[in-house]
Amino acid sequence: MKRNGKLSNIYLFIVFIILYAPIFYLMYYSFNSGGSMHDFEGFTLEWYKEVFHDTRLLIIVLNTFVIALLSAAISTILGVLGALAIMYVRRRQVKNTLLTLNNVLIVSPDVIIGASFLILFTIIGIKLGFASVLLSHIAFSVPIVVIMVLPKLQEMSPTLIDAARDLGASRWDVLSKVILPFITPGIFAGFFMALTYSLDDFAVTFFVTGNGFSTLSVEIYSRARQGISLSVNALSTLLFLFTIVLVIGYYFINQKGSRSKGMGVRK
Amino acid sequence: MDNKTRNIYLIPYVLWIVLFVIAPVLLVLYYSFFNVEGQFTFENYEKFFTPVYLKMTVSSFWYAFLITAFSLLIAYPTAYLLTRTKHKQLWLLLIILPSWINLLLKAYAFLGIFGTYGPANALLEVFGIGTQQILFTDFSFVFVSVYIFIPFMILPIFNSLEELNPSFIDAARDLGASAWTTFRRVVFPLTLDGVKSGCQAVFIPALSLFMITRLIAGNRVITLGTAIEQHFLVTQDWGMGSTIAVFLIIAMAIIMILTGNRK
Amino acid sequence: MKQLVRMFLLVFIVSFALMYVVSLLNSTQGYSGKNTLTIYNWGDYIDPDLIKQFEKESGIKVIYQTFDSNEAMMTKIAQGGTTFDVAIPSEYAISKMKEENLLLPLDHTKLPNLKYINPRFMDLSFDKKNTYSIPYFWGTVGIVYNPDMLHGKKPTSWNDLWDESLRNQILLVDGAREVIGMGLNSLHYSLNDTDEAHLQEAKRKLSTLTPNVKAIVGDEIKMLLANEEAAVGVVWSGDASEIMKENEKLDYVVPEEGSNLWFDNMVIPKTAKNLEGAHQFINFMLNPEHAAQNAEYVGYSTPNEKALEYLPEEIAGDERFYPDPEVTKKLEVYENLGKRMLSHYNELFLEFKMHKK
Repeated sequence: MKRNGKLSNIYLFIVFIILYAPIFYLMYYSFNSGGSMHDFEGFTLEWYKEVFHDTRLLIIVLNTFVIALLSAAISTILGVLGALAIMYVRRRQVKNTLLTLNNVLIVSPDVIIGASFLILFTIIGIKLGFASVLLSHIAFSVPIVVIMVLPKLQEMSPTLIDAARDLGASRWDVLSKVILPFITPGIFAGFFMALTYSLDDFAVTFFVTGNGFSTLSVEIYSRARQGISLSVNALSTLLFLFTIVLVIGYYFINQKGSRSKGMGVRK
Repeated sequence: MDNKTRNIYLIPYVLWIVLFVIAPVLLVLYYSFFNVEGQFTFENYEKFFTPVYLKMTVSSFWYAFLITAFSLLIAYPTAYLLTRTKHKQLWLLLIILPSWINLLLKAYAFLGIFGTYGPANALLEVFGIGTQQILFTDFSFVFVSVYIFIPFMILPIFNSLEELNPSFIDAARDLGASAWTTFRRVVFPLTLDGVKSGCQAVFIPALSLFMITRLIAGNRVITLGTAIEQHFLVTQDWGMGSTIAVFLIIAMAIIMILTGNRK
Repeated sequence: MKQLVRMFLLVFIVSFALMYVVSLLNSTQGYSGKNTLTIYNWGDYIDPDLIKQFEKESGIKVIYQTFDSNEAMMTKIAQGGTTFDVAIPSEYAISKMKEENLLLPLDHTKLPNLKYINPRFMDLSFDKKNTYSIPYFWGTVGIVYNPDMLHGKKPTSWNDLWDESLRNQILLVDGAREVIGMGLNSLHYSLNDTDEAHLQEAKRKLSTLTPNVKAIVGDEIKMLLANEEAAVGVVWSGDASEIMKENEKLDYVVPEEGSNLWFDNMVIPKTAKNLEGAHQFINFMLNPEHAAQNAEYVGYSTPNEKALEYLPEEIAGDERFYPDPEVTKKLEVYENLGKRMLSHYNELFLEFKMHKK
């Protein structure tokens, strides 16, 4: 048993090493005075200075966060409603149709989503820029939230809801006191996946953006034409450290909070 | 009364489906019937059944299968071991975190790592294997694709493992089942839903991968996604691109139905 | 439940706070003003100091937006949802944009500096009389090679690439016209050949090149060649000059069978709002001193004859990037072959890519 524990730790360790290897590689070269991700010549902070002097880049970073956070939050709400809707549908055929439609956007290549959204926005008459990017990010994040939340909902035994109803709970009570607490882990997973999708997306944003609005991935792609500047590495390093601190901080604050309240809110 | 409850949840969701799923799908379907010159025709569908595109379809499915298989192989133990750690939610977040760094940047990092003079080859050199060509091979393509998709596999499996009632395992062990039998007969079947949604979340997008095919595989691997991207962005033959997309959507629907709940 | 509500509230509050910061930053940048000019260009394809200088001289605020392919740019301009006052497409895109009425004619009286452009680069097939476009940079397609890795061998022609010693050593640029054109050129056919027999012959010839091809890549080709991942690369001359700046060992040659001559050009798309400013900007870039400064920054060849005088001799006198008319005679400009032919070229290219070693 002991030996097993050691082996499993080694396994996890290797997985984490590989997951983080390219990121450490990027971080390492962000200090390279040589100017390329090849041949480390000497230590410098020049690239970090460049980042802070580039107001346009900073605006783009903030825009990226705003879009990611807002689209993840809104698509999580929509996705949870969608998962509830699918769960409440009794007929299997309707259920399967909804699920298939749900997954169309996950399978469709970004280029097609981008191109068809562009046509769509043109028809509806939405000006390209913040609104169109936000709408598309919400649109393509909804299905992943549904997929993350639905299994949780299906695990919930229907008798639980019936019991609550029998005990006189209102519709809202059932939702807020029974269903939502139960599926909270799924909702969080969905939110984080949506955030990931939004931060990662290039192709869709590329099509539907305009009027000076840009997100980080679009900016990086257009800058990549001349080889990636190390200031982009520096920026990624900063963002990465920032999110790590945020995630760990959030986690421990949350833990403390829930511990002090005892078993009230689990997870 | 009950019917009304359902309708409330359905309204925003169906609205989203109509606007952002059905409308684009109809647009794609509509475009697939037009050739480069904008005439209505079935030409694109005929073209899809020529050896070039059929070969591409087969190779897309093959690589998507490989990517899914390896992701599952690595993700399942990872998810399982994660559920045993002390701060499991934190570790899970740390698994997702790398995917927040821009994909193109990570791809460039892999170009460096796998390059002739990169750290991967330096490591091989240390082991006495000597410098190999890693970049632009099937290995590097599958490796990087698995790297990209693995969080999408770990997450659902982790969630279903979490839901697993530990007393089932205890019961199985008490009844004399070996660790392997317990896993095969109890743990795995009970987490099958998580495995299924993980496989869907990996296999389906893997079919339409692009960019990695160029950056990491040097266009040695051509998938349907690459062809679509080419048709939309380079040749501007939206008709042919849409036709391939129609087939992808059909393939996706079939996969969904096959792996769907049989309850 | 409480936890959920708390988290979502936090997310919304943070988002709105960030939006406020963005609007503050935007106003310090002056992007909200009225007298603006939007330039739509390739990434890092202009000296940023020139933009600053132009802003100072004209009092116009420049918004610089970038695209990464001609096709993406055309899609955006055709869609019409955004304002672009000046764009810089390649020559084959210009004939397409002309067909689709995406361009506005230029007012030559507002461009006095036009006289500095070498007449050799004016009045070309893709835009007779330069009604819609002014050349910005030009160049060729050729071979970059690493003499060290080739043990002294020097490729001079396309056919040299088929040499057995180059097994797994060639990087090709991911462009259908470039690669199929290379096949055609190696057989001494025209780059703009549309004869099916010739095209099939070129395809067959190209498939025998597969063992030598290491990869077909995009912009990363520059980094890969500079890092000596491969000995030979087929690239645009502009990329070649950047690669050679990174790694001085490398050399560039325009193959003797002939090759492609390309132009990037300044145009005013139909989405333009500030016509006056757009002309002012084009004229500013045509000023020989500015053109020279830009050519030095970007590293591409300028069509501005007078600008050559302001460039250091080692740039202006470099035969590889400013070949004499004797060589340029063999070069061909891509003609607009029509959508169907272009699609056929792409399909051939796709078959070439799928051809296994």
